[in-house]
Amino acid sequence: MTSDELARKDGRKHDEILLSIRNLNKYYGNVLAVDDTNLDIRQGEIFALLGASGSGKSTLLRMLAGFEVPSSGSIMLHGNDIAHLPPNERPFNMMFQSYALFPHMSVEKNIAYGLKHDGMSKDEIHDRVQSMLKLVHMEKYASRKPHQLSGGQRQRVALVRSLAKHPKLLLLDEPMGALDKKLRTEMQLEVVDIIERVGVTCVMVTHDQEEAMTMADRIAIMDEGQIQQIGSPVDIYESPMNRMVAEFIGSVNVFESEIVDDQENYMVLRSPDVESDIFVGRGVSSAVDDKSMLFALRPEKTFISMDRPDKDKNVTRGVVEDIAYLGGHTVYYVKLPSGKIVHCFLANTERRAERPDWEQDVWVYWQDDAGMVMRS
Amino acid sequence: MNTYPTLKKFVPQGRYTLMAAPFLWLGIFFLLPFLFVAKISVAEGALAIPPYTALIEWLDGVLNIRVSFYNFQWLLDDPLYIQAYWNSIKMAFWSTVYCLLIGYPMAYAIAKAPKDKQTVLLLLVLLPSWTSFLIRVYAWMGLLKNNGLINNALMWLGVINEPIQMLNTNFAVYIGVVYSYLPFMVLPLYANLVKHDNSLLEAAADLGAGHIKRFFTVTFPLSMNGVIAGSMLVFIPVVGEYVIPELLGGTETIMIGKVLWQEFFNNRDWPVASALALIMVLILLVPIGLFHRIQNKEGGL
Amino acid sequence: MPQRFSFSRLMFWVGIAFLYVPMLVLVVYSFNESRLVTVWAGFSGKWYVELFQDQQIMTAVWRSLQIAFLSASAAVVLAILGSLIMVRHRNFKGRTLFSGMITAPLVMPDVIIGLSMLLLFVAMGQMIGWPENRGMLTVWIAHTTFCLAYSTVVISSRLREMDRSLEEASLDLGANQIRTFFQVTLPIIAPAIVSAWLLSFTLSLDDVVIASFVTGPGATTLPIEVFSSVRLGVTPKINALATLIIAAVSLVAIGSWYLTKRMNDRVSAQLATS
Repeated sequence: MTSDELARKDGRKHDEILLSIRNLNKYYGNVLAVDDTNLDIRQGEIFALLGASGSGKSTLLRMLAGFEVPSSGSIMLHGNDIAHLPPNERPFNMMFQSYALFPHMSVEKNIAYGLKHDGMSKDEIHDRVQSMLKLVHMEKYASRKPHQLSGGQRQRVALVRSLAKHPKLLLLDEPMGALDKKLRTEMQLEVVDIIERVGVTCVMVTHDQEEAMTMADRIAIMDEGQIQQIGSPVDIYESPMNRMVAEFIGSVNVFESEIVDDQENYMVLRSPDVESDIFVGRGVSSAVDDKSMLFALRPEKTFISMDRPDKDKNVTRGVVEDIAYLGGHTVYYVKLPSGKIVHCFLANTERRAERPDWEQDVWVYWQDDAGMVMRS
Repeated sequence: MNTYPTLKKFVPQGRYTLMAAPFLWLGIFFLLPFLFVAKISVAEGALAIPPYTALIEWLDGVLNIRVSFYNFQWLLDDPLYIQAYWNSIKMAFWSTVYCLLIGYPMAYAIAKAPKDKQTVLLLLVLLPSWTSFLIRVYAWMGLLKNNGLINNALMWLGVINEPIQMLNTNFAVYIGVVYSYLPFMVLPLYANLVKHDNSLLEAAADLGAGHIKRFFTVTFPLSMNGVIAGSMLVFIPVVGEYVIPELLGGTETIMIGKVLWQEFFNNRDWPVASALALIMVLILLVPIGLFHRIQNKEGGL
Repeated sequence: MPQRFSFSRLMFWVGIAFLYVPMLVLVVYSFNESRLVTVWAGFSGKWYVELFQDQQIMTAVWRSLQIAFLSASAAVVLAILGSLIMVRHRNFKGRTLFSGMITAPLVMPDVIIGLSMLLLFVAMGQMIGWPENRGMLTVWIAHTTFCLAYSTVVISSRLREMDRSLEEASLDLGANQIRTFFQVTLPIIAPAIVSAWLLSFTLSLDDVVIASFVTGPGATTLPIEVFSSVRLGVTPKINALATLIIAAVSLVAIGSWYLTKRMNDRVSAQLATS
C-alpha cells in the first residue's frame, strides 16, 4: 500500500463534512417531490438514499447531479452553493442506471470523454484511461464497443468512466438495477471495493434494501419526499424511528399498545392483541401525556414453541395459520386470538426436526430486549 | 420520470430562435397558403395576371371589399362537380378496401416471419415505392393497352378474340391506385402487428379459440390502429389523386383532382380551382384529424 | 421450421408478384429493338443511347437531382430541429398545431399542396416582391416543405427511442449542451438522419404534381418532362429511363441493407467469441 493510499484510508473516518443540503425543496407543478430536506454527506462515506419509487430519492440525486434545479434551498460544497450550477460545471460524476455508455464510442473513448473537456494533454488522458481500465481489469477490452460487453463489464466501464475525472462526489443511480440477481451480489462487493480503493465519497440511490445495507456506511430512508431516518444499517434495522421505516426495512410485527408503566430502565405495555403484558427492558426518555405506543417485533426475534414457555410476560397463544418453507428458514404465520397474524422466522438448523404443523396451537414469545417501541 | 425541461434554464436563448425555424417554415409555407386558397376562392375570375380580382381595393378613397360566393354557387349548381367529389370518395373508399384486403395478409405474413427475415421481406414490399411513382403508373399503361401485354397474352391463349378495353377505364385506375398505394397500407399494419404479444394468441388458444376465431377476436381488433392509419394513408391522398386517373383513366373517370387540374391549367380559372380545393380540404378534415390522432397514439408524434 | 401452408404467406408472394411483374416487364422492354413497346423485335440498347442524347431530358435530370439534393438537405436540417422540439419539449404552446402541420402534409393530396403553395408564391410576389418569379427556388421551397414533414416523422421516432441518460451522462462528464448535441445526440440519431435524407431525396425526385404548380418557365423537372411524354403514349425511351431509376434505387437500398446487416453480423460474431 502506498502512502497515498494509506492517507486515503485514514481519511475514511467519515467526520469531515463534504456536502450539506439545506431546506431543499422540489416542486413539479403543485406536487412536492422533495420536501424541505436537510442532509450532510461526510467525506469518504458511501451514503445510500433508500426508498420506494416516487419517494423523491431519484429527484434528490438528480438535484445533486444538476439535472434538476431545486425550487428552493441550497446545496453547499466547501461553503459554496452549487444548487444552480449546471451539471457540466459540477465536480460530481454519475453512474447511470442504464450505464448510459455512448454506443458509438469504444470503451477507451467512453472513459476519455470527460477528460477531453478538462483540457488534459493526450498523454495524460491515455495514462488516466489505462489506470482506470486497470482498476477494473478491463485493459483487454479498451477498443470494444459497449454492445460487445457483458452486463458486468458494462457496469465496470460505466463506473470507471464516472471515476476518471476524480470527482469530489460519485453518484450512483440504482447501480445494480440492470443486472440479474446473482451477478448483483457479486458486483455490489466489487463496486464497494473499488470505491474504497479510490477513496471517493459516494451517494447512491436504490430501492433494494439489501443493496443499501451491503454497500452503504449510512442510509437515509425516504418516503413522500421526506427523509424519515438517517443512520447506519444497524441503526435503521434495529432502531427504526417510526412505523414506515420499520415496515420498509425487513418485515415486522407491529402491535398497537398503551403504556401501563414507564420507569427509567423498563416499561410495561399492554396491547389488545397480546394476552400477557409486554415488558420492555428500557424506558422511554421523554415523558409525554400520550400513552399510546407502537410495539414492533422482528420475525426472527419472535419465537414459537409447542410447549408453554416458562414466562408470564412477552408471551401469547396462537394457531399456526400458514407455513412457508424457504430453505434457510421457515416463516410461520401465527394467528393470535385477536385475529392478528404474526410472522415468526424459525432457522432451519436441523435437517428434519419436529416442527409445528398447520392448525397447531403454539406459543409465541420474545426476549425482553427484542422489541422496539415507537410513537404511533 | 420526464424532468429534463428544467435543463433549459442554462441553455443560451439563441437556441430557441433556431428551434423555431421549422415551426416558422411550416407556418409560412404550409399553413399560410390555405388562407390564400380561401381568399381566392371568394374572388372572381378575371383576364389579368394573376387571373382573379382583388379582395380588398382602395378606389377613389373608398375601401371596397368584394367577397363573392359565386364560385361555390357555381360548383353546387353544376352536377359535374358534385359527381366528381362523389366519384373520388367512392373510388378512394374501394381502393382502400382492396389495399386492405391484399395488404393485411402481406403485413401479417411479414410480422409472423422469423425475426431475421422480416427486414428483407419488408424491404421487398417497400422497394418499388422508392422508385418513381410516375414510372410505376406508366408500367401499367404498357400492360393494359389494347395491344398491350395482357391483351396479347389472352389472345394468344385463345381466351379472347379481340382485345378488351382496359386502359382508360375505372378498372385501370383501381389497378394503378392499389399498385401504387399498397406499400403505404402494408407499412403501418406491419408496424402494428409486429408489436403484438404472442402470448395473447397462446392465451386465446389455451381458452379454446381456433385459428380463425383467434384472428378475428384477438389479432384484428388489436391491429385496429394500424388498419386506420394505413387506410387513411391510402384514402386521403387518393381522393385528390391526379396522375393515376389522368394516365390510366378515361372519360368515365371523373375525379376531383383531375377536375381541379383542368380548371387551373386548362381553363385558368383560379378562383374555381381554389373553391374546389377548399371544399376538398373540408371533406378531408375529418379523415386527416383521425389519422393525426392515430399517429399521435402510435408514434407519439 | 416446417413449411405449413398459410393463407397469409401465399398472399404475400402473390402481392410481391403483383408489385414486381410490371416493373420487370418495363425493364425487359427497355431493351426492345422495336418502337412498339409491346412487340418483341430483338435485343437492343439503342433506347439508352437515345435517352442520353436527349438534351432536354438530361438537363431535367440534372436539375431534378440538384433540387432533390438541396430539398433533402434543407428538410433534414429543419427536421432535426423540429424533432428536438417535438420530443424534448412536450409541453410547449402550439405543440398540437405543430404536430398537426407535420402529419397533414403526409396525407394531403398533392393538388392541394401544389395549388396552395402557388397561390402563396403569387401573393407574396405581389406583396413583397419575393419570390420574383417561379422556378427552381419555388420548387425547392415546396419540396423542402413536404420533405420536412416526412423527415420529422423519421427522425423524431429515433430521437424518442434514444436513451435520455446518454445526453445527461455527457453533460455530467463536463460537455456543454452544444458539444453534447454534436458528439452524442447527432451520432446516435445519424442512421435516422440518413434514412430521412434518402427518403426526402426520392420524394423530391418523384414529385410531378406539386412541381407542375409551382415551377416556372425554364425549370422543368424530370418528372414533369416524363409526365408530358408519357401522356402522349408509351415510348421505349421512358422504359430505358425507368430501368436506370429502378437500378439506382435497388442498388442504394440493397447496398444499405447489406451494410447494416454485415455490421450486425460482425457484432454478433464478436459477441459470440467473447
